[in-house]
Amino acid sequence: MSQIIQDSRAVSMLECMMLIRAYEEKITALQAAAGGAGTCTSVGQEASAVGVVRALSTDDRILTNHRSAGHLLARGADPGRLFAEVMGRSTGYCKGKSGSLHISAKELGVLLTSTIVGGELSLATGVALSMSMLKQPGIVACFFGDGAACEGIFHESLNLASVWKLPILYVCENNQWQAYVHRKETMIGDHVSAWAKNYGMESRTVDGNDVEAVHAATREAIARIHETGKPYLLETYTYRLRGHFEPDDQAYVAADELAQWRERDPIAQMQQKLIARGEISPSDIAQMEARVAKTIAQAAEFALNSPFPAASELTTDVYA
Amino acid sequence: MSQITVNEAITQALAEEMRRDPRVLMFGEGVATKRQDLLAEFGGQRVRNTPLAEGIIAGTAAGAAATGLRPVVDLLFAPFLCFAMDEIVNSAGKLRYISGGQFAFPMVVIAMTGSGWTVGAQHNHNLEAWFVHSPGLKVVMPSNAADFKGLLKSAIRDDNPVLFFVDMALGHVPGEVQDDEQLVPLGRAAIAREGKDVTIISYAKMVNTCLEAAEQLAEQGISAEVIDLRSLKPLDEEAILRSARKTGRVLIVHEASRMCGVGAEVSAIITEHAFDALKAPIIRLTGPDAPAPSSYMLEQAFMPQPDAVVVSVAKLMGPIALRGHAREAVNA
Ligand SMILES: Cc1ncc(C[n+]2csc(CCOP(=O)(O)OP(=O)(O)O)c2C)c(N)n1
Repeated sequence: MSQIIQDSRAVSMLECMMLIRAYEEKITALQAAAGGAGTCTSVGQEASAVGVVRALSTDDRILTNHRSAGHLLARGADPGRLFAEVMGRSTGYCKGKSGSLHISAKELGVLLTSTIVGGELSLATGVALSMSMLKQPGIVACFFGDGAACEGIFHESLNLASVWKLPILYVCENNQWQAYVHRKETMIGDHVSAWAKNYGMESRTVDGNDVEAVHAATREAIARIHETGKPYLLETYTYRLRGHFEPDDQAYVAADELAQWRERDPIAQMQQKLIARGEISPSDIAQMEARVAKTIAQAAEFALNSPFPAASELTTDVYA
Repeated sequence: MSQITVNEAITQALAEEMRRDPRVLMFGEGVATKRQDLLAEFGGQRVRNTPLAEGIIAGTAAGAAATGLRPVVDLLFAPFLCFAMDEIVNSAGKLRYISGGQFAFPMVVIAMTGSGWTVGAQHNHNLEAWFVHSPGLKVVMPSNAADFKGLLKSAIRDDNPVLFFVDMALGHVPGEVQDDEQLVPLGRAAIAREGKDVTIISYAKMVNTCLEAAEQLAEQGISAEVIDLRSLKPLDEEAILRSARKTGRVLIVHEASRMCGVGAEVSAIITEHAFDALKAPIIRLTGPDAPAPSSYMLEQAFMPQPDAVVVSVAKLMGPIALRGHAREAVNA
């Protein structure tokens, strides 16, 4: 059984980012080979996922969206059960009923994943309301994209959370893309964080490709939520390096923009940084790579060998 | 036993359930303003006003329901449910299944529906069938004070999202309600009037219309059984089939428009399972495929009236069954 990891060491965060990358690459490779439903990967956004999730405590709850694998893995999800869910196997976190787009794992505190863009923003207020009324410790971390931020429900959610003083950390992963539409075509300004002011909410934009910066900013944000009893908006400024939904040839992406952001790959940057600081050596990285590859290979094996749900499962779990 | 209105029955149900279970809370646009008694007894944490934003109200209810509270939200008029469809249908209705049964959504959504107040189409729309058609949801639409109270209490205790429709015109209608706790289970129809010649199946305020028509029919020597569905999902198929088999003649009456309405489902169930018992084709009497008008006269025409019920029954029975005025109406 997987364990929730809350290890803030730079090396550990790097390895987790590498695990997420390897997971996403494996799932896209499996899909390319066998066909079947695609996924929304989070390649390029690993620093945002790991930096935020590793700052959360076991009391905290997470709501996320269609690009959730990084958040789940950073929380300690078993990659085998994630693969199994995406492949529709009964050993998946949701017994194969979610698929890749709305995986939740209650045991990890990863609740109510919505693939209706913005859906998680509406549910977050309710989860936080429960936590505050039932006097449970912890906060709600709600992940969403810049696309969701352009929806009405974003504004409804921030407004109500502020009015009701709900303990929510809104994490906008501004990856520049809203499916096949560049953010510049649909939103005013470059940053979502500025919008929080209108709701009396503290906010900040952080370099989403620097896992240590994201981690530090998240810890500060959570401290502010505990101090003020109010919600907080953190924007991680990052880039979606692969397409929206696999397979995707990214023909619509400007080559120079993509190249610029590839230069800033969060994993390569972190590796260089840690080598420069003398915290790891290239051979450590090679060892980490081998470990991660083994974990992912075993996980994929587990999923591929897992059974599909019985047809009788078609109508179970509809009603309580 | 006391005489109380439907609105009072709703208030009693809410108060009793909030007293019984500290996890029950209520919020919506003006809930704390309009329900001063609840606010005074349970305080501002459990009786809350919200912004005019149905999406976040319903989404907050769904999130809270999945994590330990039992919210009741008042979304006012049924057409405003359009703003909350995503949260009700896609989140509350589906996330239990999608998550492989990890979460339950014990929440109630109250909304007013139906004609009789001349408020026009953007405040009056019978859209219960939308929710009946959505997996994971339950739908309740009572006709009298006792059922309003008993069904609302059951809805609050149910672990699924329940749409609770209040037919606007019924709010001030008084009825007998037991003083002690009378739960009415979801999914069970009531025989509002026993009869043997014809079955009239209905729900919400149309039940009263059908009862009035049944009185007129009795004067004509026709014994009509009136079935009040009360709960549209789960639907009491057994009660429907039992009565259809008993009389062999079925009229279904509702105010919502005909196409893909609840009546279509009821009719299909009878044809599938009790075709051999039918002595005449099933008839549906419904509102038109038109937005609800505001003008009093047009609004009355929008709703099936007792006379129209009598005429439809006469068609089922064969015109010779009727005398005088009703017969002329049928032959006209
Ligand atoms: C309500 C809704 N509209 C459209 C879609 C289709 N869709 C899925 S993901 C997506 C892009 C979302 O962009 P953003 O919120 O920025 O998140 P990102 O995918 O960039 O992480 C769209 C349009 C959807 N799932 N839900």
